Amino acid sequence: MVDLSQYKKDFPILARTVRGGNPLVYLDSGATSQKPEQVISAEGDFYRKHNAAVHRGAHLLAEEASAAYESARENVASFIGAKAEETIFTKSATESINAIAYSFGNSDSSPKLFLTEGDEIVVSEMEHHANLIPWQQLAKRTGAKLRWFEVTEEGRLDLSNLSSLINSKTKIVAITHQSNVLGSITPLKPITEAARAVGALIVLDACQSVPHFKVDVKELDVDFIMFSGHKMLGPTGVGILWGRESLLNEMSPFLFGGSMIDSVTMTDATWAQLPQKFEAGVPNMAQAVGLSAAVDYLNKVGMNNVHQHEIALTKQTLDGLSRIQGVKIIGPVDIKDRGGVVSFTIDGVHPHDVGQYLDQHGIAVRTGHHCAWPLMRKLNLVGTTRASFHLYNTPDDVNKLLSAVSQVQSYFKVTV
Amino acid sequence: MELDSLYQEVILDHYRKPHHKGLQSGFDIQVKHNNPSCGDEVTLNLSISDGVIKAISWDGVGCSISMASVSMMSDLLINQSYENANQILAEFVELMQSKGQSQGNEALLDDAVAFAGVSKFPARIKCALLGWMAYKDASSQLMA
Repeated sequence: MVDLSQYKKDFPILARTVRGGNPLVYLDSGATSQKPEQVISAEGDFYRKHNAAVHRGAHLLAEEASAAYESARENVASFIGAKAEETIFTKSATESINAIAYSFGNSDSSPKLFLTEGDEIVVSEMEHHANLIPWQQLAKRTGAKLRWFEVTEEGRLDLSNLSSLINSKTKIVAITHQSNVLGSITPLKPITEAARAVGALIVLDACQSVPHFKVDVKELDVDFIMFSGHKMLGPTGVGILWGRESLLNEMSPFLFGGSMIDSVTMTDATWAQLPQKFEAGVPNMAQAVGLSAAVDYLNKVGMNNVHQHEIALTKQTLDGLSRIQGVKIIGPVDIKDRGGVVSFTIDGVHPHDVGQYLDQHGIAVRTGHHCAWPLMRKLNLVGTTRASFHLYNTPDDVNKLLSAVSQVQSYFKVTV
Repeated sequence: MELDSLYQEVILDHYRKPHHKGLQSGFDIQVKHNNPSCGDEVTLNLSISDGVIKAISWDGVGCSISMASVSMMSDLLINQSYENANQILAEFVELMQSKGQSQGNEALLDDAVAFAGVSKFPARIKCALLGWMAYKDASSQLMA
């Protein structure tokens, strides 16, 4: 196991105590990660020293702010193997997905990108609501048909009907890179090959992957990816939309206003070049700069180390939970193609009550449907308890989780 | 521990053996309420005649707090006049909003004063109120 213990001290929040006077054991990084001092300082320093509206203003601060913002873009782009002009700052991954879905339903986009009746959109049952509802609603607006991959009993994507699901009518395949509930990593190659064969575009929800392992957009052979800053040690309020340059050029913008124009008259307007075309309004500059500091931090630790570390914690969790009576792991029990998210249920105790018990011991987990309600319905569950990791978690965190989980049934007097 | 003030024995008893659970036919109105943030659901059948709560039956899925609360609520409200039921409802809502400062009026709430501890856990208040809000919705539609 790689030793990342030296980094925990960089995260000030992890030094505080929580309910019951217990030290915080933060196992909810799948929802949002904690931030190292380096990120907090970078955001603060932007406000303290350089704050000005970017790309406007004739003064030094505006120059510094613009340089910081664009250098943040270059840094984030390089982190995912992308070009800067293809890397668009949004306020969240959710906004990124909505921006694309909007363009596909807008006749101002090129005909190739404009969906009509008879077209098909393919998603999966394990999508987060953010990568389901925009497509579901786009289908309703355009008359396109929404279809989906199912999930196997083991908790992996069922590719058995791949060849019929992705067919000549398929325009878009929008899929998660890693399930935020099950932890399973999507086998992309067969999907991208099938999509390429029929000329469909591939949208990858990378919210649970980019923060945790090396992602290179060129190697993945996808057309769009999106992820959020706050899940990768960065600030809230900033997300990324990456798309192929040719496609972004053919797409109509989602937000109109300042900064995104080339020329404006009372009756018409033309759009700026990429990436400004998609960045209307004064952007979240301090947050972009903070995200860049998060990228620096992750690069310093090394994404392979982050992944190895999380895999070790995940294995420890899977092994430990599978030994506790009454606990059922929801998702693959095998560490292969699996990320640092472990969902489980405890017989006789509702997930919300499990979470409350763990909270009393200082352990922060997520409970409920995890914004993946259709998946819960499919699995016949009301919800799960989910532990999710990042680089600052330790084997001791997992031990505390396992110890508390093993006491839950007895606290709630479940007779086994 | 602090948690024991939330999970009172009587709450866990109602959770394990809920009262009036299982939807009965012959109701005047049926409502379905859910809590979108956690997925808890309650379907509630209500009958009121001559200004008296004649029957409440319900079904649902949810945590111990939400399920025990609708169970105890059914016990409390059945056979009460609509006016009394409103008073009990108002007392329960006030208890939930008391931030741990109120013990609850036992004369009105009986065993449901056990939920006083819930008011110290902001995230759980909506659990405790789920069934009560379903009743409020159903009864106010009926009495409108």
